[in-house]
Order: sequence, then structure tokens, then C-alpha cells
Amino acid sequence: MFKLEMRPEPSRLMGLCSPLLAAVLTLASGFVMFSLLGTSPAEAFYVFFIKAFTSEYGLGELALKSTPLILCAIGLAVGFRANVWNIGAEGQLTIGALAGAGVGLFVPLDAPWLMPLMLLAGIAGGMAWAAVPAFLRTRFNTSEILVSLMLVYVAKLLLLWLVHGPWRDPDGFNFPQSAMLSDAATLTPLIEGTRVTGALLLSLLLVGAIWFLVDKTLAGYRMRVAGLAPAAARYAGFSEKRNVWLALLLSGATAGLAGICEVAGPIGQLQPQISPGYGFAAIIVAFVGRLHPVGVVLASVLMSLLYLGGESAQMELQLPAAITGLFQGMLLFYLLAADLFINFRLVRKQAPKRVVASAGTVPAIEKDAA
Amino acid sequence: MKTGALIPIVASSVGAATPLVYAALGELVVERSGVLNLGVEGMMLVGAIGGFAVTVATGNMALGLLAGIACGMLLALLFGVLTLTLQTNQVATGLALTLFGVGLSAFAGRVYVGKVVDGLGGISLPLLSDLPVLGPLLFRYDLLVYGSVLLAGAVHYFLNRTRPGLIVRAAGESPSTAHAIGFRVIAIRYATVLFGGAMSGLAGAYLSCALTPMWIEGMTAGRGWIALALVVFATWKPWRVLLGAYLFGGVTVLQFHAQGFGLDVPSEFLSMLPYLATIVVLVLICRDPKIILLNQPISLGKRFHPDA
Repeated sequence: MFKLEMRPEPSRLMGLCSPLLAAVLTLASGFVMFSLLGTSPAEAFYVFFIKAFTSEYGLGELALKSTPLILCAIGLAVGFRANVWNIGAEGQLTIGALAGAGVGLFVPLDAPWLMPLMLLAGIAGGMAWAAVPAFLRTRFNTSEILVSLMLVYVAKLLLLWLVHGPWRDPDGFNFPQSAMLSDAATLTPLIEGTRVTGALLLSLLLVGAIWFLVDKTLAGYRMRVAGLAPAAARYAGFSEKRNVWLALLLSGATAGLAGICEVAGPIGQLQPQISPGYGFAAIIVAFVGRLHPVGVVLASVLMSLLYLGGESAQMELQLPAAITGLFQGMLLFYLLAADLFINFRLVRKQAPKRVVASAGTVPAIEKDAA
Repeated sequence: MKTGALIPIVASSVGAATPLVYAALGELVVERSGVLNLGVEGMMLVGAIGGFAVTVATGNMALGLLAGIACGMLLALLFGVLTLTLQTNQVATGLALTLFGVGLSAFAGRVYVGKVVDGLGGISLPLLSDLPVLGPLLFRYDLLVYGSVLLAGAVHYFLNRTRPGLIVRAAGESPSTAHAIGFRVIAIRYATVLFGGAMSGLAGAYLSCALTPMWIEGMTAGRGWIALALVVFATWKPWRVLLGAYLFGGVTVLQFHAQGFGLDVPSEFLSMLPYLATIVVLVLICRDPKIILLNQPISLGKRFHPDA
């Protein structure tokens, strides 16, 4: 028999391998699930996981869907490292989209200035929404998990009210959506034939900046210590409140930016649904990416593949789109389970050392030896 | 406004509160044993679709509710294996459970959209149910409503008056002490986690089979998270869960009756009320750190490994 034994120190190799292991296990489960659903597993597998890589358009969509995931997850990862659990990125994304689109729709500005102002408004909107849990946590000791999550529902209802009421397009045949954003308020595709916008470049720049912040600055160091050893951080006099504020404002800003980039990019107007759960999927992305900037980018591509695969599986194989959510949850489960081997290893249980005693007399011996 | 109009409001608040009571009481026991399971929302959703599917298939509500319980327990078992045996982070695993439950229920529920079941009728007691005012206020609910009140009493009695309850609390306050005395902390926590899953599953099944009664994707709409907040609001005391749940039930149904009051507020803002109320309530309770320190299980959310 085998038993788990704690490693003397965490394994760096397993830390890198467990996301891969989780991805492989998710793919394998997908294979089994497709067979159970009665689709040819090979065909489904191709449509779900390979097809996106075979055309320029597919690759473009992959990059397009990665962008909001990168933006949300890179901010969340910083917080998770410091033990600040912002799980309301979906709400911050929504408010960012609202604020940015509001500027785009109603501020009479022209080409070079409108877009930067929209992006700033999006960032500010996301930050404002994240400031609520930050304030309540630092001032009233309230769980940022519950508050940020509750605000997701509030944000979505606010969006619904706006597109059904005051911001509804008067020429929109009563559909619950705003007017289309003007050309000056729209991000144009970077590459002909795809829908990828400059938001992708922006997100990659931010990944670099945040990597620098976390790994190379004192503020980042304080946050990492707070996450790894809260007692040591307190002893060193690092302010917990500052970490909470920084983590939440940063993740709110990136989520808000993701929101406005979606609305000003592929969507082009406000509508009842502007994100298929990017803010929640980003939680998984952050973990699968090992809370590391480079990992987050890679994990975002994987997650984006799951979204795309779900879409094409629905269109071509009539598989339910909800399958994406199932894969997302599975991916995180497998990762958490595989992470076990970072801190533990499997060793063969040794036989009881006392050979003289007949086997199995005293169960306690075996326990001691183990 | 006459009292006659208030009675249906109170009665529907009690109905809306009942799933919250079950889910929150389950989570309360889990947290008293030192485990934080953030997967309530996911377990509720899976319980809701599992219960609804079986009710549709068999036409038997009792079987459906049992199926809901079983589904919740299955998900809880997954959580238990990961956090208790494999020692994963409880916060991350709980989030994963919710995300997984949302995906799984949407996936499994796609063929049940638009189907309806009969729902659970209220009881009818001779004389009592026919009393004016008191009858509809107290004696016409379905059995699970009364069951939820009984459960609050039972959980209170179990935790505070029985030896196994004391052991559960010991596991939540100081697992290493409990372990040193010879109690199997991990096994105890498995038991509470499974109980929490069963109650979340039941809460979900009650929602889809009795209250609504139909399946809508993501129909819990944050109730699992509100249940988590209720446990904090109740300062980990069962009776106060009941109080908090009825308060929230009231806020939830208020939106449907607001027009009756002549209140001209967009429905979206009224729908925000339960979520905003959750935040307000959390602030009121957490504002005083002493309240939390005195009542929160000390080892809540911390890993425990007997060998380490």
C-alpha cells in the first residue's frame, strides 16, 4: 500500500507540472464524457479542442476571448497571493463596461480623446465597485468574499435596468440594448479577418507591469509575505489594510478594463449580457496559472479554448453549451487535487519493523511505523 | 393597508426563507466543526436539478427530495475528499465546488427547462388551519417548513446538549486537542460536511420542486451565498439562523408586493434588495470584532492533518 508523506519542502517541479496534469485529466474526462453523450469522442475532441488552432479566424477568436480572462485573472492573482479573495470580478467587469460605455455614448468628444477617456472610465468603474468590499473589509472587518459576490448581482441588475430603461436605444425596436457605439468609441480590429483588438496588447503590457509590481517592488513583497506568512507580515509591521486596498483596487481596475474593452471591442453596445462568466472563470485561470503572470496568460488561452470549444460543440454537434462550465469546474478540481503532490509525495508503506512479532498482532505498531 | 393583505406576504416570506434555513443550518454545523465550505450555492443547484429530475421522472416528491439530498451529499463528498483527505485549500475548493455545481446543473438541466411539477401542498389541520388570521399565518404551510423549524431546534440541541455535539465543536475550536484526546477529527469533519451537503441539496430540491416549482438555470440566484452570510449573521447560533432567514425571506418577497404598496421603483432595484441587505447585515455583525472573535469557531477554515 501507499501512503502520503509530507515533503521536506514543496516541490517546484510539481508546482509547474500540476496545471499540465490537470489539463490532461480534464481532456481525458472530456473524452469519456463525449462517449457517454453518444457523440464520437474523436470528432467531438477535434471540434472542442483542436479546431480553433486550424484557422486564422479560430486563432483570432482564441486571442479575443483570452483578453478579458487575462485582464481579470492577472488582477485576481495578485490578491489571491496576499490572501485577499475578490471573487466579484464579474461585477467589476460589468460596472467597468457600464461606466466606459456611458462615456462612449454620452460624452461629446472626438476621435483621439474619446477612447482613452472610455478606458479610464472603465478602470475607474471597476475600481469603485471593488472599493466597496475593500472599505467594508478594512473598516468593518466584513468578508470581502461575500461582499464582492453580492455586488455581482447588484451590478448585473444595474445593467439590466439601464438597457431596459434610461439607456435603451430609442431606435432599437424596443430591444433591451443601448445604441451602437460610434466609430470613435470602438476599438478596431488589429488584424484583418479577425476580431482581435488592441486590448490584447494592452493586457499583455499590464501582465508585464503587474509582474514587476509583485516580484520587484516593496509593495509586491509586502503582499507576498502577507499571503505566505500573515504572522510574519504583522510582526514586520506591514499594513494589512494597505494590502487589501491595493489588491482589490488593482483587480477591480483590470476587471473594469476588461469590461470596457469587451463592450468597445467585439460587442459594440450595451446589452443584457456582456460576459459569459469571464469574471468567475478568471478565478480558475488565476489558480491554474499558479498566480503567476506568465502562467495566467497560458491558462487564459486554455480557458478561452474551453469557451470556444463549447460554442463550436453546440453549433456543430448539438452538444449543450453548458458543457463549458462543467469543464471549467473540473479543471479547477483536478488542479487542486494534483497540487497535493506539491507538498506531499506517495511512498510505499513500510512493513512493520519488528519481524519477530507475528504479523497483525498489534495494529498500533503499523501506525507507528507509518 | 389592511392586515388582510399582510398575511399572504408573511406566508410567502416563510416559504422563501425555508431553503435558506436548511442551507444555512447545514453550513452552520459544517463551520462549527472547523470547515468552511463555500460550495453551498453549487450544492444547492445540483440538489435542485437532481430533485427536480427525479420528481419529474417518478412523480413522487418525496423521492425527489431524497434525490436532492443525495446529490448535495455527493458534491459534499467531493469537497470532503479534496479538503479533508487531500488537504487542499478550503476557500479555493469551495469556490471550485460552486463553479462546478453551476456548470453541472446547467448541463444536466437543459432537458428539464419548461417542465412543471405539482409542488408541495400545505397541510390542513382540522380547526387550526381554518382559524382566521392565525390559520394562514401558522397552520397552512407544507411539511418542510415545519421541518426547517424543527431542524433549527434539533441542531441547537445537538450542538449544545449532546456529547457528539460537543465533539463537533471541539473539532472546530481545537482540532489538535480533539485529536490528542483520541477523537477522529477528520471523520467528524467528513460527517458534518456530508450533513451540510445533504441540507444544501434539500434546500435546492425544495426550491425547484416545492417553491417555484420548476427548473430554471442558475435558479438559486445567490441564495447559497446568502446562506453563508446568514451563518455569520447568526453568530453561529441555530435559532438566530431562523430569525435571519425570515428577515431575508421578507426582503425577497417584498419586491413582488412593492407595486401593491404603490411603490414606483424599477423592479431591478427591488431585486437588488436581498443582496444589499446581505451586505448591510454583514457590516452590522462584523463591525464589532468582539462578536466575531467570541462566536466564530477558532479553527474555521484552517487545515488539520493528524500527522503534521
